Amino acid sequence: MYSNSNNHDHHEETFIQKYIFSVDHKVIGIQYGITSLLFLLFGFSLMAIMRWQLAYPGTEIPIVGFIFGEGGVLASEQYNSLGAMHGTIMIFLGIVPLAVGAFGNYLVPLQIGAIDMAFPKLNAASYWTYFVGGVIMISSFFMPEGAARSGWTSYPPLSVFENGQTIWLISMIFLITSSLLGSMNIIVTIVQLRVPGLTWMRLPLFTWAQFVTSFLLVLAFPPLEAAAVLQLMDRVAGTSFFLPSGLVMSGEIVDVAGGGSPLLWQHLFWFLAHPEVYVLILPALGIVGEILANNTRKPIWGFKSIVYSMVFLGFCSFIVWAHHMFLTGMGQAMSAFFQTTTMIISIPSVVILTSYFLSLWGGSIRFNTPMLFALAFLPMFGIGGLTGLPLGLAASDIYLHDTYYVIGHFHYVVAPGTIFALFAGIYYWFPKITGKRMSETLGKLHFWPSLIFMNGIFMPMFIQGLAGVSRRLADGGVSYAHASGVLQWNEFMSISAFCLGLSQIPFIVNIFMSLFTGEKSDRNPWKSTTIEWAAPSPPLAHVNFDSEITVHRTAYEYSVPGAKEDFIPQTES
Amino acid sequence: MDIPYVVEEREDTGLINSKLGIWIFLASEVMLFGGLFSAYIFLRMAALPGDFERWASELSVPMATVNTVVLISSSVSMVMAWASLKMKDFSKYKMYLGITIFCSFVFLTIKYFEYSGKFAHDIYPSSNTFMAIYFTLTGLHVLHIIGGVVVMLYFYLPISHKMWDKQPEQFTNRIEVFGLYWHFVDLVWIFLFPVLYLL
Ligand code: HEM
Ligand SMILES: [Cu+2]
Repeated sequence: MYSNSNNHDHHEETFIQKYIFSVDHKVIGIQYGITSLLFLLFGFSLMAIMRWQLAYPGTEIPIVGFIFGEGGVLASEQYNSLGAMHGTIMIFLGIVPLAVGAFGNYLVPLQIGAIDMAFPKLNAASYWTYFVGGVIMISSFFMPEGAARSGWTSYPPLSVFENGQTIWLISMIFLITSSLLGSMNIIVTIVQLRVPGLTWMRLPLFTWAQFVTSFLLVLAFPPLEAAAVLQLMDRVAGTSFFLPSGLVMSGEIVDVAGGGSPLLWQHLFWFLAHPEVYVLILPALGIVGEILANNTRKPIWGFKSIVYSMVFLGFCSFIVWAHHMFLTGMGQAMSAFFQTTTMIISIPSVVILTSYFLSLWGGSIRFNTPMLFALAFLPMFGIGGLTGLPLGLAASDIYLHDTYYVIGHFHYVVAPGTIFALFAGIYYWFPKITGKRMSETLGKLHFWPSLIFMNGIFMPMFIQGLAGVSRRLADGGVSYAHASGVLQWNEFMSISAFCLGLSQIPFIVNIFMSLFTGEKSDRNPWKSTTIEWAAPSPPLAHVNFDSEITVHRTAYEYSVPGAKEDFIPQTES
Repeated sequence: MDIPYVVEEREDTGLINSKLGIWIFLASEVMLFGGLFSAYIFLRMAALPGDFERWASELSVPMATVNTVVLISSSVSMVMAWASLKMKDFSKYKMYLGITIFCSFVFLTIKYFEYSGKFAHDIYPSSNTFMAIYFTLTGLHVLHIIGGVVVMLYFYLPISHKMWDKQPEQFTNRIEVFGLYWHFVDLVWIFLFPVLYLL
């Protein structure tokens, strides 16, 4: 059945069918990957411009200054645009599409032994919806109104009146739709297309993580879609969903019916956006789990508790959203409820992280590039998670809310956390995807500076935040007396950021060099147990595998006593 | 190689792919309308006592009642269309699907007159928060109906006969899955009707 699969569908595919409008999950995964990496780079560049402004307020931006008009100095509105677009692009166009669209699409079918996703056409539709959403988002820079400038959180009433927001909302509706299509597909694929013998507890952690993530996307994104529709109505149909009666702007009462509430937006937004942060972190946890097991040559410690914790995290992430809103004057009872749930949700995160640390114990660790990134992920995510606790308690959050401390907190989880895990994943699965190995030297040249500069950027944010410096200040706090003691850090952070950018050069070089001149890889270069390594590298178009796949064992059977090698693939009977 | 469980059910889950897919899609739709319903509750609690009732009294209960009956009938005929396929009677299927399409056009027409009646009296989404949420909820619902009509017209076109001849079971599954969507859209209206018109 497999040997003649190539002449199964006889017609030759054209270039367009094969590479552009393909329905093969691998091609779509790569499309997602390339697009989202470009968006990450773009989002990073926006941030680099902002960081220049913060370090050297009022001076000309080098290289790209001419874009910003006379003198090349960033105006405050421009700074706000860059900030809003940085957040939006990084989260909705960069990390989620990379973690779920690219990794999920490429690897989930392979890890469950399937030939493709359950709905290949829907899969392509999901990518193209994402692409259109991205184009719309970027095009807003060139519109007469400019790009959105009300933050990635788009709080009304400001967002209802600020320029650029309409395009932002329309683009978001595309991006949300794309996520919905993609995640539905992943759920159905995992439930329906597992090969014989692959029971739930034999699924690898990565696939489990994608499964929970997809549920979060399916259930949490629609309320944001609803909120986006309401905000769009406020902007184009003159409704007052988010506008209270008697709203005063520039000294005049705004001419709207009123009766709405800005808090309604915050509730709808955070009801999505808290689960969203777990969408950002769960795939990362999955990737790190795979790489740790593989490079410690040991089964993951506490596999089942990790799986249950992921599921529990998924459930709980729906009942903590108002910890972003402690300062909105909610009552004691509400506040107590959300503080409690926030403390509860940190337990499964700690369980997962602890299990990963314990998995290292007694392993014979191979320090290759994917493993270095995965190892660095652990303490970085640890810092991010632990700094979340004071934010989850109203007493300390009242002081810390909307300061650079919050920025430090979530960047530690997302940047040296999730992004490191995604790098680890790229280094780890690159041989599978391309059939070529990446250079270890360049990989280490990428890893060490990235680790140092990441911390150089984000650690001082805690210091500034504790000193009370607010986020979203176009001048970085120069006009505030209380900030003066910690502003010297701005230059340090900005230089770290520029160096972080430079540290990505070895990575980019590595990708292209390995692609063309890299050492050929066999199908299982890391001697791994999971099913994707049973496919040829790269996997065959449309059918993935060249042999019948049946699963006989759990995901991480490394160093089994008495076995002839130190790993037994899941497919081995 | 084809993707499995498109037609026959997977043994341990008892499902075909598209049926699981539509249930998950509907779960996300529940969250979408759930978000809007909670917005309704939020706005109603924020309004002065009596305001929402006063604003809601502008709506036409008779028109909405007729529309409720029309939509429920369309759901019934949708089931009949699917049942006809199960009994391998394609011409009956066409008749029942035709009735469903007809009902949806009646619904849209009545809705059109309702909306234009409001506009004629200078009532717009911007008039007050009730009208804002009324137009948003029913507008989104109408979009769902229009989406459904497009799909039904596709299944009504002559190519449907070819699909049926080629893969009768897959075609029946498609109608069943679409039917689930259609019943959901109907169900949303059954919530909207009392919430917006009667309460
Ligand atoms: C593990 C325990 C965690 C706790 C207790 C926690 C708690 C919090 C709290 C209370 C806030 C609101 C702070 C404020 O605005 O005053 C916050 C903000 C945030 N957290 Fe976490 N968090 C945790 C983990 C994570 C993870 C894993 C991620 C993402 C991968 C994340 C991403 C974010 C983001 C993006 C924000 C800021 C949103 C904004 O205002 O722009 N957090 N966190
Ligand atoms: Cu949160």
